[in-house]
Amino acid sequence: MSLLAIDTLSIALPKGADRELAVKDVSFTLDKGEILCIVGESGSGKSMSANALMGLLPEGVTPSAGSITFEGRDLLTLSEPEMLALRGKDISMIFQEPLSALNPLMRIGDQIAEVFEAHDLLTPPERRKRALELLHEVGLPDPDTTIRAYPFQLSGGQRQRVVIAMALALEPKLLIADEPTTALDVTTQAQILDLIEDLRKRHGMAVLFITHDFGVVADIADRVIVMQHGEVVEAGEADKVLLDPTHSYTRALLDAIPKLTFRDSVEQTAQPILSVRDLDMTFTSRTGGFFKKPRVVKAVQKATFDLYQGETIGIVGESGSGKSTLGRCLVRLLTPQNGVVKIGGQDISKITGDALRQHRRRIQMVFQDPYSSLNPRSRIGTILTEGLIAYGTDKASARDKARELLSVVGLDPSAMDRFPHEFSGGQRQRVGIARALALDPEVIIADEAVSALDVSIQAQVLDLLADLKDRLNLSMIFITHDLRVAAQVCDRIIVMQRGEMVEFGPSAQVLGNPQTAYTQSLLDAIPGKAHEAALAAQKEAQA
Amino acid sequence: MKAFWSRFRQNRGAVIGLVIIAIVIACAIAAPFLFPRSPWSMVQRPFLPPFEMDGLPLGTDALGRDVLSGLFHGARVSLLVGLVSTVVALAIGIPIGALAGYYGGLVDDALMRFTEFFQTIPSFALAIVLLAIFQPTLSYVILAIAIVSWPPVARLVRGEVLSLRNREFVEAATLSGQSNLRIILRQVLPNALPPIIVLASLMVATAILLESSLSFLGLGDPNVMSWGYMIGAARTVLRSAWWLSFIPGVAILLTVLALNLIGEGLNDALNPRLRKRTS
Repeated sequence: MSLLAIDTLSIALPKGADRELAVKDVSFTLDKGEILCIVGESGSGKSMSANALMGLLPEGVTPSAGSITFEGRDLLTLSEPEMLALRGKDISMIFQEPLSALNPLMRIGDQIAEVFEAHDLLTPPERRKRALELLHEVGLPDPDTTIRAYPFQLSGGQRQRVVIAMALALEPKLLIADEPTTALDVTTQAQILDLIEDLRKRHGMAVLFITHDFGVVADIADRVIVMQHGEVVEAGEADKVLLDPTHSYTRALLDAIPKLTFRDSVEQTAQPILSVRDLDMTFTSRTGGFFKKPRVVKAVQKATFDLYQGETIGIVGESGSGKSTLGRCLVRLLTPQNGVVKIGGQDISKITGDALRQHRRRIQMVFQDPYSSLNPRSRIGTILTEGLIAYGTDKASARDKARELLSVVGLDPSAMDRFPHEFSGGQRQRVGIARALALDPEVIIADEAVSALDVSIQAQVLDLLADLKDRLNLSMIFITHDLRVAAQVCDRIIVMQRGEMVEFGPSAQVLGNPQTAYTQSLLDAIPGKAHEAALAAQKEAQA
Repeated sequence: MKAFWSRFRQNRGAVIGLVIIAIVIACAIAAPFLFPRSPWSMVQRPFLPPFEMDGLPLGTDALGRDVLSGLFHGARVSLLVGLVSTVVALAIGIPIGALAGYYGGLVDDALMRFTEFFQTIPSFALAIVLLAIFQPTLSYVILAIAIVSWPPVARLVRGEVLSLRNREFVEAATLSGQSNLRIILRQVLPNALPPIIVLASLMVATAILLESSLSFLGLGDPNVMSWGYMIGAARTVLRSAWWLSFIPGVAILLTVLALNLIGEGLNDALNPRLRKRTS
C-alpha cells in the first residue's frame, strides 16, 4: 500500500471566485522514499492540494469530494487535535519564503527546540542537542554559532536550511515542499535540491515537491504530475513526461522554458548611447548604536561599460550582487557617489532638480513586480498618460498615444478605462512596458522584468520585448538572475559579484566559454541541464 | 463601491451606527422647523418632569426651557463641531504627515518633533488653555479641538506614506517626470486614504466628546445650546432632577457609540484582509 493516496479529490472555492473548484478530481499516490513533483503555473491548484493535505486550507475553501489516505487513515475526516498530532510528526512542510516562515524574534536553536516542545518530546537539554545535530545534518556552517543566531543574521539559503531542519526534526514520513527554492538564487537552489535529495535517501522520506520550474523537476523528480486549472492533465515517470509529453499543455510549458542559446552581437555604432565610467555606489547604515562602526556596503564598484544603439546588455548575478542597484543608479532613483553616466554625451550622474526631471524621459524602467508597479487606484489610461502630461503633452494627444502603445504591446485599447486589478500579471507587465515606452526613451532598463511571471507568460513577454527591440531599435539593459533568459535576449552580458563586474563580453563568450570560476558556478547551478542534454540526444536520434 | 457597501453591510453594528447617525442628522436638520423658538427661551415652569405635559415630552430644565428643543438644537452644534474640527485637523495633519513621510531626513525630523511637541501636552488641558486665551465662540472651540487632535493624523499619514513611497509605482511616477507635489497628491495619498477615513470617523466622535466636556466646564460658546452645556447646567440639580443630566448624556453616548461603530465598519470594509485575520 502507498504511503499517501489521494483519490478523486475536489476542493471547492467560495462563491464568487473565478472558478467553482480549485482542484478537481485529483488522484495520485506517493510511496516511501519517492519524490513526486506537482508542476503547474500560478492558479493551477498545486499549492491548494498540498494545503488540503496538511489541513491548512484558507477560510471558505473546503474539500468537497474524494479522500486523502495517509497510512490508511483519511485525513479529511480527522479532527483538529488529531491533525495537530500528525502535523510536523508524520507530515511536515517547507515553504517558499524562508524569512516569513521563521519567527524573527526567536533564536534558531529555540525555534527548532519548539518543534519538540509542541509535541511534548524530550527534555530541554536533549532538544538542544538534537537541534545542533539537525543543523549539522542540513549542512549549516558552524552550527554552534548558528544555533544562537536570529533569522535576519542568516542568508536566504541558510534560512531555508533551518526551515528544512525544523521540518526534519521529528523524522516525518512525508515532506511537502511548496516552491522551496523559488525565492533563492540558482546556486543556492542547486544546494538545497542536493540537500533534499540527500535527506530523502538517508531517511527514506517521501517528498511531495511543488514547483513551477521544469528544470527543477528534471533534476529531482521520480514522477511528475502536471496540473492546469485545477485538473491533472498529465502524470507519469519524470523522464517520460519530460521527454515525451502527451498533453499539449505540458508540451507548451516545456517549450516555454528559455534555452541556453545565444544571440549574435549587434554591430556597434561609433557613439555609445549610454556610457558608464567608474560608477560607485556605497550604502552606509548606522546599526547598533553610536559607538559601533557604521555598516558599509559597497553595492556597486567601478562599473564601466558602453551601451550602443539597438543593443541589449544583460546584467546577471546572484541577489546582493549589486545588479539592481546599478540599474537604479542609471535611472537616477539613486545617486551614485562617484563615476559618470553619460547619455547622449551628457553626464546625468550629478544633476538634480528640474534638470534631472527633464532628463528622466530619456531613460525609462520596466519594474519587476507587475502587482506593485501600477498604482492600484489609477486607471490604465491615467497611468500611461501621466508621464506625457507631465512633459507638457496635451491630454487628447497623450490619450491617443496611450491607445497606440496599448496595441503595440498587444493589449486592447479598451483597457484604457480599466483598473490594474482587472488584468493578469502578464497583461500588467505589458502595461508596464507600454508606460516605459510612452516617453520615447533612448534607453530602457528592465529590472527582473519577467522574473515574477509564469514560464509561458514569461516567454510571451520576452517575445514582445524582442519584437519591440527589432521594430523600434531599442537599446536595453536587462537585469536578471536567470542566465537562460539573459542568453535569450542579451547581446552582451555583464556578470556581477559583490558589486564588481567580474566578466563582461558577448553572450556567447561569457556563457559559452566563461573565464571566471564564478560565472562557471552560476552556469553549473542552472537546473535541468541533464534534461537539456537528454533532449538534445533525443533530437539527434530523430534526425 | 458596490463591493465596499456589501462588506460594510456585513457588520451589523456598523449599520446600526449608520441608522443612529442618520437620525441625529435628521434631528439637526429638523431643529429650526420643529422648534422655531430659541432653545434658550422659557416655555413653562422649571423642573417639569418628562411625559407630564403634552407638547413638552421631555419636560423643562431649571429655567423652564424645553429639554427636547435643547436636544435638537444641541445635535446641530455637536455634529457641526465634530465634523468641522475633524476637517480642520485633517487639513493640518495630512500635509504635515505627507511631507514628513515623503521627504524624510531633516524635514521628517523637524515636522515630527513639532508634532511630538503637541502630542506631549495632555490634549484636554491644552484645549482648556487655548479657550482661556481665545474668545469662547463656536469657531474658537472648533479651532481648539482641531489643534489638539491633529497629531495622530500626522503620525498615521507619515507611516502610510513611508510604506508607499518606495513602491514601484511611485518610483515609476518619479521616472516619468512627475513633480513631487503631483506624486504625493496623485500616487501616494489616494492609496493612504482608507486608514485616514477610519481615523477621521473616530475623530468626529472624540471631537463631540471634547466639545461636550468643554461646554460642561462652561468653556463652550455661551450663545449656543449644546449637549455638554445641558449636562453642565443640570449638574447642580443632579439629585432632584437627574433626568436633566441623563437625557443629553444618552444623546452623547448614542452619537459617539454610533460613530465608533461606523469607524469599525469602515475599517472592516476598507481593509478586508485585516478582518479575515481576526475572525
